[in-house]
Amino acid sequence: MHEYSLVEALITRVEAEARTRGALRVHGLSVRLGELAGVDAGLFQTAYDTFRAGTICAEVPLTLKQVPASWSCPSCRAAVPRGGPLRCPACAEPARLDEGGDALTLDGIDLEVP
Amino acid sequence: MCTTCGCGDASLVPVELHEKILAGNDRAARHNRQHFLEAGVLALNLMGSPGAGKTAVLEATARAAASKGWRLGAVSADLATDNDAVRLSRAGIPSRAITTGQACHLDAELVHRSLHDVAWRETDVFFIENVGNLVCPAIYDLGQAANVVVLSVTEGEDKPLKYPTMFLAADLVLVSKCDLVPHLDFDMAKLDDALTRVMPRPRVLKVSARTGEGLDQWVAWLARQRLEHGLVGKVAGLAAHTHPPAKR
Repeated sequence: MHEYSLVEALITRVEAEARTRGALRVHGLSVRLGELAGVDAGLFQTAYDTFRAGTICAEVPLTLKQVPASWSCPSCRAAVPRGGPLRCPACAEPARLDEGGDALTLDGIDLEVP
Repeated sequence: MCTTCGCGDASLVPVELHEKILAGNDRAARHNRQHFLEAGVLALNLMGSPGAGKTAVLEATARAAASKGWRLGAVSADLATDNDAVRLSRAGIPSRAITTGQACHLDAELVHRSLHDVAWRETDVFFIENVGNLVCPAIYDLGQAANVVVLSVTEGEDKPLKYPTMFLAADLVLVSKCDLVPHLDFDMAKLDDALTRVMPRPRVLKVSARTGEGLDQWVAWLARQRLEHGLVGKVAGLAAHTHPPAKR
């Protein structure tokens, strides 16, 4: 679905960074994928494997780290259980999604530079 | 590499970025957002399943909001046809179609380009009617002030649980086709409960485009949004400005 356009954005960004740093090769890249990012991990991996052909990422393994969605109370920091109403069981504050739960992030690239 | 004579091994450098993959889209969205706010326009991203009733709600909004004197406008996205844009224009919401081809969602760049063909600057409320899809549109910022998700009573009470990313992104859920409830085995309390499990702050309005039920509250919500985003007092098409008092 939209995994192709995301992979295209990823590879374009890697190419730009490699160019900026005069890199000889890309050796690895790591991406973090939140459970609520709206992207399927399997589809993303498949799209990457398919569309990296002919690009600077052609032989580059993708390290994909999945981040589960967890919720906590912004006031009292209590964990808010999954599956239940998204309010703090202790103080009824609306829950806050913990970091990374809804993001698709390029964490880093391993570049070979001269 | 040896800096004396240039010999030696290349080095492996781990570059830390921690950058959103959608950073490019987010940048384009910020530009759109700035344009809308400076022009005094409340821009809304309207999402929902195909057939949820997005276009019908907008047609009914034109009638319900008539007394407000707002100028309304829209762009309407579909894979094919301009049917929705035609319906909206006939209903009093000048609209242009964005025919996406195979793209299942709008992105900020598509929206930006579409704005060249529609008189958005002169509007008070501008609707971006997204492609009918509860999956992909949720993750693409378009520069809107708020996300409105239309969910019809015919879709089942557990729909929010199946599409948590979309409902997490919603600033308001319009439960549509409420006039059909007597004909369905539909439990509104179950739907409300499901929404609390995917939205920390569930904001829900029950509406019927057909009967007009709930539309006054929807128009009131729009008015509040205009206020909260600092758009009231801006003449449509111009940013309000004040002059410093003349020196005596």
